[in-house]
Amino acid sequence: MIRFTHVTKQYPRGGPALENVSFHLNRGEFAFLTGPSGAGKSTILKLIHVAERPTSGEVRVDGRSSVTLTPHDIPKLRRRLGVIFQDFRLLEDRTAEQNVAFALEVTGTPAAAIGPKVARVLTQVGLASKTTALPHELSGGEQQRVAIARALVNDPLALLADEPTGNLDERASRGIFQLLRDINASGTAVLMATHDLALVRTAQFRTIELNRGAVVYDSAADARPRTPT
Amino acid sequence: MSLAFREAVRAFRRAPVLSALSVTTIAFSLFAFALFGLVAVNLRAALQQVEDRVEIRAFVAAGTAPEAIAAAVGDVASFPEAADVRLVTETEALERARRELGEFEGVFEAGILPASIEVKLKPGLRDPATVREVARRLEGYDFVDDVRFGEEWVEKLHRLRTIATAAGLALGFTFALVAVIIIGSTIRMAVLARSREIQIMRLVGATDGFIRAPFLIEGFLKGLLGGLLALALTWIAFRLLGRYVLQAEFFAPAYIAVGIVAGSLIGLLGSSVSVGRHLKRV
Repeated sequence: MIRFTHVTKQYPRGGPALENVSFHLNRGEFAFLTGPSGAGKSTILKLIHVAERPTSGEVRVDGRSSVTLTPHDIPKLRRRLGVIFQDFRLLEDRTAEQNVAFALEVTGTPAAAIGPKVARVLTQVGLASKTTALPHELSGGEQQRVAIARALVNDPLALLADEPTGNLDERASRGIFQLLRDINASGTAVLMATHDLALVRTAQFRTIELNRGAVVYDSAADARPRTPT
Repeated sequence: MSLAFREAVRAFRRAPVLSALSVTTIAFSLFAFALFGLVAVNLRAALQQVEDRVEIRAFVAAGTAPEAIAAAVGDVASFPEAADVRLVTETEALERARRELGEFEGVFEAGILPASIEVKLKPGLRDPATVREVARRLEGYDFVDDVRFGEEWVEKLHRLRTIATAAGLALGFTFALVAVIIIGSTIRMAVLARSREIQIMRLVGATDGFIRAPFLIEGFLKGLLGGLLALALTWIAFRLLGRYVLQAEFFAPAYIAVGIVAGSLIGLLGSSVSVGRHLKRV
């Protein structure tokens, strides 16, 4: 469903962020993207939701190729993806349910359908009792749950998570990770960039390790057991 | 559209101080321009009044046959430059002189003042060269003794008008440019303050058009409110000026409408450019 073929990304200032990266993420799969800071994890996620374009090679998402994708197609593609970040990126002046509803409003969902969808997804992330809370009234873990609810509300094919537990304590991190596993179990692919090696070791999911812009290990391609460094 | 409008109104409500500041900045930029405009409009009206008095008088020799004069008047009236041509007979000239001199009216005796043909020129054709040319043509009539048009005065007036027009254009352009720059920066700041929102909108799959719409409405509303506030300020300044300094002329309704539409359009275009740049960047 997400396929990178010989992808290189060079930012105008600075060296190559990715060099000749190829991998494939199947529908409904869960994979970790690991590696040190600057390894290219975020760049991979950005290339998937077209915040960036590859310098060479092809990124194919849900049948759409980065080579032929027009600006007009980009919003449509993004509606098929959910993205969450370390810093949650919520609108501070809107309640939890308004933040989630926003994602439906901007995609032109009929007003009558918005309320039930928002309620369902907030219940799914465990925030049914906090729908009217503003972001600053919520804990970090709860804010990330709102962000996840927003990412899920359009029923995406894949959820892209860029260090989603980076700002959270251990307990909240475990809760968020469990939520991502549940989401994956219901059929949504999850690609999670993380520094949390303990989590990666215990979870036993596919791991793609990057270093200096190149894939140095992919557990799907390499059957040998390996402890990420 | 209703969502875009709601988002625009929400932006006003969420940052009332910043919004009020934008509107006030726009209003004062336009107010400065409007004050200049008021001066320009009144200066032009004053010059126009003075110019209306530009007149060429051709004095007719005593004893000229009335038919010859009448024929000449008809002839002069057909000059393309002529707006108004009238004959002042000897009797009328005497009456006018007596009226103007009041208590000294007795100094004039009948027959002392000659008859004359008075020619007023069309607006836009009162420059020294045209005045001189028409005067030269009048001098060509045999029965014309002398032609007067206050040559020095006409030249000074023309120079004054040229300077006023050039200064008006230069200042007007500068004021308008400053207003556009200030309004543009204000709108840009408002857009930058909401860059996070733009980023989130893109993330969840909003189209660029959808993202742009609330900003355009917001920019338009700010420009409109700023324009109306500038109009109110200008009106107050005009009234105060009228009461304490001098009676002046206010803008014609068409100018007011143009000013308000221009304010709204600057807001709209400023937003469009700022959001466009922002959308390219994020």
